[in-house]
Amino acid sequence: MSYATRRRIISRVAEALCALAVLLALLPLGMILFYVIKEGGSALNLAFFTQMPKPVGEPGGGMANAIVGTLILIGLAALFAVPIGCMCGIHLSEYPATRFSYTVRFAADVLNGVPSIVVGIFAYGLVVLPVKRFSAIAGGVALGILMLPIVVRTTEELLRLVPPGLREGALALGATRSRSVFSVILPAALPGILTGILVALARVAGETAPLLFTAFNNRYWSTNIAQPIASLTVQVFTYAISPYDDWHRQAWAGAFLLVMIILALSISARVAVRRLERMNRV
Amino acid sequence: MGMFSNRRRSSDDGSFRVVTGAFAALVLLAVAGIGFELSRQSMLSIRRFGMSFWTGTTWDPVSGVFGALPFIWGTLYSSILALLIATPIALGIAIFISELSPRFLRQPLSYLTELLAAIPSIVYGLWGIFVLVPIVRKLELSAPDAIRKLALFKGPPLGVGMGTAALILAVMVIPFTSSVAREILKNVPTAQREAAYALGATRWEAIKVAIGYGKSGIIGSIMLGFGRALGETMAVTMVIGNNPQVTASLFAPQYTMAAVIANEFTEAADDLYLNALVEIGLVLFIITIAINALSRLLIWSMEKRSSRPMAIVPLLEEQPAQ
Repeated sequence: MSYATRRRIISRVAEALCALAVLLALLPLGMILFYVIKEGGSALNLAFFTQMPKPVGEPGGGMANAIVGTLILIGLAALFAVPIGCMCGIHLSEYPATRFSYTVRFAADVLNGVPSIVVGIFAYGLVVLPVKRFSAIAGGVALGILMLPIVVRTTEELLRLVPPGLREGALALGATRSRSVFSVILPAALPGILTGILVALARVAGETAPLLFTAFNNRYWSTNIAQPIASLTVQVFTYAISPYDDWHRQAWAGAFLLVMIILALSISARVAVRRLERMNRV
Repeated sequence: MGMFSNRRRSSDDGSFRVVTGAFAALVLLAVAGIGFELSRQSMLSIRRFGMSFWTGTTWDPVSGVFGALPFIWGTLYSSILALLIATPIALGIAIFISELSPRFLRQPLSYLTELLAAIPSIVYGLWGIFVLVPIVRKLELSAPDAIRKLALFKGPPLGVGMGTAALILAVMVIPFTSSVAREILKNVPTAQREAAYALGATRWEAIKVAIGYGKSGIIGSIMLGFGRALGETMAVTMVIGNNPQVTASLFAPQYTMAAVIANEFTEAADDLYLNALVEIGLVLFIITIAINALSRLLIWSMEKRSSRPMAIVPLLEEQPAQ
C-alpha cells in the first residue's frame, strides 16, 4: 500500500469516527426523550395539574402545589436577576473595552460555572440561616444568582446585534447615551432579550440541587414566600428515590412537563434570535 | 467647538455609566460573597480538623469525626472518567459539525447536541435510575469471572456505582466541550486549512492543522467540561450509590462532594456537621473557580488571535439544571 493511499484511508477512518461520535451523542438524547415521552406522557393527566399529592398508598393525586411552587420560585428569581442582569449587560455593551467590563465579564463567566449546589449553600447562609427557616425567597435568591450570568451575557450579546445605524441615528438627533440606550437600542433588542430571559428561566426551572436546602419542600398548598415551598424538581427527586410505583409514574410525569417547558422555550428563543439576526443583516 | 459641547449631556452620560456600573459590580460582589460566606460558615470545621479533613477517610457525624477524602476521590475519579469518555466524542462532534457535515445539517446537529445541555440534571437522574442502571446491572452480571477479578471491576453487580455515574456525567458534559470546541474551530482562519491542502494534505491532515492552531482554546473547552463534571449533583447522586469509599472499582458504589452536600445538608443537626459540609462546598467552589478561570483565559487567548469576536457563552446557551 502506497504512502498516499494509507494517508487517504486514515483520513476516511477519522472522518467516519467523527460521524460516529455524533451518533453516540444522539443515542442517549434519543433514549432520554423516548423514555420521558413514553413513561411521562402516559402518566400525565388532568389530575396531575389540578390535584395535590396523595399520601402513600392512595393512588392518583397530582403536583398542583409543586407546579405553582416552581412558578413562584422562577418568578422570584426573575425579580432578582432581570433588573441587575439587564443593567449589567447594558453596561458591558456600552463600555465593552474597559478593564472593569473585562473583569465583570470574566466574573459572570466564572459565576456561570459555579456548581448550583454551592450557590444553594450561599443562599442558605444569606437567607435561611438568619431567620432559621427555609423559604421560597431563599430558593428564589439561589435561582436568581444562577440566572444572573445568563441574563448578563444574553443582554450584552443581543444589544450588540442591534444595527449601529439605529444608535448613530439617535445620537445624531442629539440624544444622550442613556436616552439612546433606553429609547432606541433596548427596545430594538427587547424581543431577543425577553426570549433570552425565558431560556434562563427554563434553565433554573429545572434546578433541583440549590432548592434542597433553600426552598426545601412542602406537602401542602402554599403561596407564602416566607415559608418552604414545593417545586416540580424537588418533588420529582423525592418521588424518584421512593420505593412506590405510583410515585415513580408521577416522577416521570413531572420530568415530562419539565422537558416540554424547556423545549418550547428554547425553540422559541432560537426562532427569535434568528429573526433578530436577519434584521441586523438588512 | 463650543456649539457642540453640551454640559448636560456629558454629565448625564457619567451618571449613566456609574449607575449601570453599580449593577455590574453586583456580579463581582456575588462571586466574592459566595467565597466569603462559605469560608465564614466552615470556620469551625477548618479550625478543628485542618488538613486532616482532606486526608481522613472516616465520615462519622455521630462521633463528630469528619474526613472528606472519599468524597474528593469520588468527585475526581468520576469527573476524570467522564472526561475520558466525553472528550473524544465531543471533539468528534465539533469536528464533524464544523468541518465535515453538509451545510444543511450543521444547524440541526448543533441544536440537537446542545439539547443535551438543556435537559435538567434531575431528568438525567430519573432516566439513570430506571433505564441506565438496569442496563448496566445486566452488563455487570454478564461480565465473565476473569474480568470480575480485576480491581477495576470488583464488587457486587448493583448497577449503581462509579461506572454508571461516569457514563451519565460524560453525556452531560459532551455538549459543553463540543459547542465551545466547535466555536473555536469555526474561528480558525480558512488560510490555515488552505495552506495544508496546498501542501497536498488529506482532509484529516488539514483538520489536524486547524486543531493545532486552536489548541489552547480546545484545551480550554475540555477544562470547561471538567468544571461542569466536578459540580454536577443530582444525576450523580441518584446513580453513584452514595457509599463513601476510596476504591478504583467501577462497580463499587461511591460518593461525591456535591452528592454528600445534597444528601446530608438538611440532616446536619449540629454546627460542626454543617460546617464540615460547607467546607466541602468551599473547596468545590475554589476548584471550579480555578478551572473555569483557566479555561476562560485559554479560550479568550484564542479570541485575541482570531479576527472576529467569539461568543464565549454561546448565544442563549442552554445548560443542565442541577
